[in-house]
Amino acid sequence: MDRHITVPYDEKTARELRSGDYVYMTGTIYTARDAAHKRMYEALEEGKELPFDIRNNVIYYMGPSPAREGRPIGSAGPTTASRMDKYTPLLLDLGLKGMIGKGKRTDAVKEAIVRNKAVYFAAVGGAGALLSKAILNSEVIAYDDLGTEAIRKLTVKDFPAIVVIDSEGNNLYETAAEAYREE
Amino acid sequence: MRTISVDEITKNIKEMCIEANHYLSEDMKEALEQTAVKEKSPLGKQILCQLKDNLKIAAEDMIPICQDTGMAVIFMEIGQDVHVEGGLLTDAVNEGVRQGYTEGYLRKSVVKDPIYRENTKDNTPAVIHYDIVAGDQIKITIAPKGFGSENMSRVFMLKPADGIEGVKNAILTAVKDAGPNACPPMVVGVGIGGTFEKCALLAKKALTRPVNEHSKIPYVREMEEELLLKINRTGIGPGGLGGSTTALAVNINTYPTHIAGLPVAVNICCHVNRHCVRIL
Repeated sequence: MDRHITVPYDEKTARELRSGDYVYMTGTIYTARDAAHKRMYEALEEGKELPFDIRNNVIYYMGPSPAREGRPIGSAGPTTASRMDKYTPLLLDLGLKGMIGKGKRTDAVKEAIVRNKAVYFAAVGGAGALLSKAILNSEVIAYDDLGTEAIRKLTVKDFPAIVVIDSEGNNLYETAAEAYREE
Repeated sequence: MRTISVDEITKNIKEMCIEANHYLSEDMKEALEQTAVKEKSPLGKQILCQLKDNLKIAAEDMIPICQDTGMAVIFMEIGQDVHVEGGLLTDAVNEGVRQGYTEGYLRKSVVKDPIYRENTKDNTPAVIHYDIVAGDQIKITIAPKGFGSENMSRVFMLKPADGIEGVKNAILTAVKDAGPNACPPMVVGVGIGGTFEKCALLAKKALTRPVNEHSKIPYVREMEEELLLKINRTGIGPGGLGGSTTALAVNINTYPTHIAGLPVAVNICCHVNRHCVRIL
């Protein structure tokens, strides 16, 4: 079903979202991909603070193309989530409530999603021009030196994403492909 | 002997990098249109329509089709009666990439070293494949390659006894393993034969063949058609979220090989299968 939610969100909202739901997000989300995850992970290992409070927040696995003058951001579609799998369970245990990316996750990530009542969303890969239209503002808040991989705070309006793994561990990549399999 | 200046090569490559990242070729656009009509899953249909909208927005607003504007893969087919003047050809090609990616608001995704990973900040160097051919022209093909799908590509060193069924199974295995990670609907480029590196190059080049064209070799064409059908029955679907459109085309290239070998490379490309061709 179609749902409109505000981000960040709490556990109650996370529990309501079901694998297969088409969600429109409005509010604030943060970007982080490979290099930013590595750096956040290392910060935690050294006992340091993360550059933003991840509790109840959503991370979008995305590194944009440069913005043209007068625009908040360039092309802005999801990157493959599995490269963040090594770092994700720890972030979920610290309160991260959602991730937007594309592609499969490991069992360890799925278990951490269920354990922490979080959600893994997919945005449509390769639709970066379209998705950029749902981003109203973008501000680099950490790791500026990483360029496209810096952590950005995004203001989004009706950002479209699909619930792939819900808080009970249902996985749309498995169920949907099975439904249309003809071999 | 015809003379072509390095400046002309740089200028064209700059323009082609920008063009390839904002406009898909007509054959790709048509293939997406057709599948959007045929797709069985409602969500799949919705995703395919979003991809069509995405292409429209990219062209009208000059926003790259995908934020991963790729590593620039460039095929240079150089007529042996051409003389390149004014500098080194490879430098001219990389200068074109540098200008295209910095002036064209394209993402810089190349790191200097695979382990220490410092961004080169101008998307150079390109991966350049030179081929010497007959004539006095240079044919340039630019194919910016995103890594969501590149990462799902495979090389299989099969045995001759594995035969055609072994090849088909290898291709299907690569596609199924890629699944949602490769941003389906994908284009599947396949190289069969040659050596370890030759089959990979054949597969890469197969991705630049229009998706509505088949191999001229009858059994290869049959394989292309059969595999496309089988891939679209896997159920993976648009975005990997279920449906009857998992691939737009399977393009296979072949080459003679060794008596002891049957190399097969599967180079997977997402639906943003970009390529741009110019002849100088």
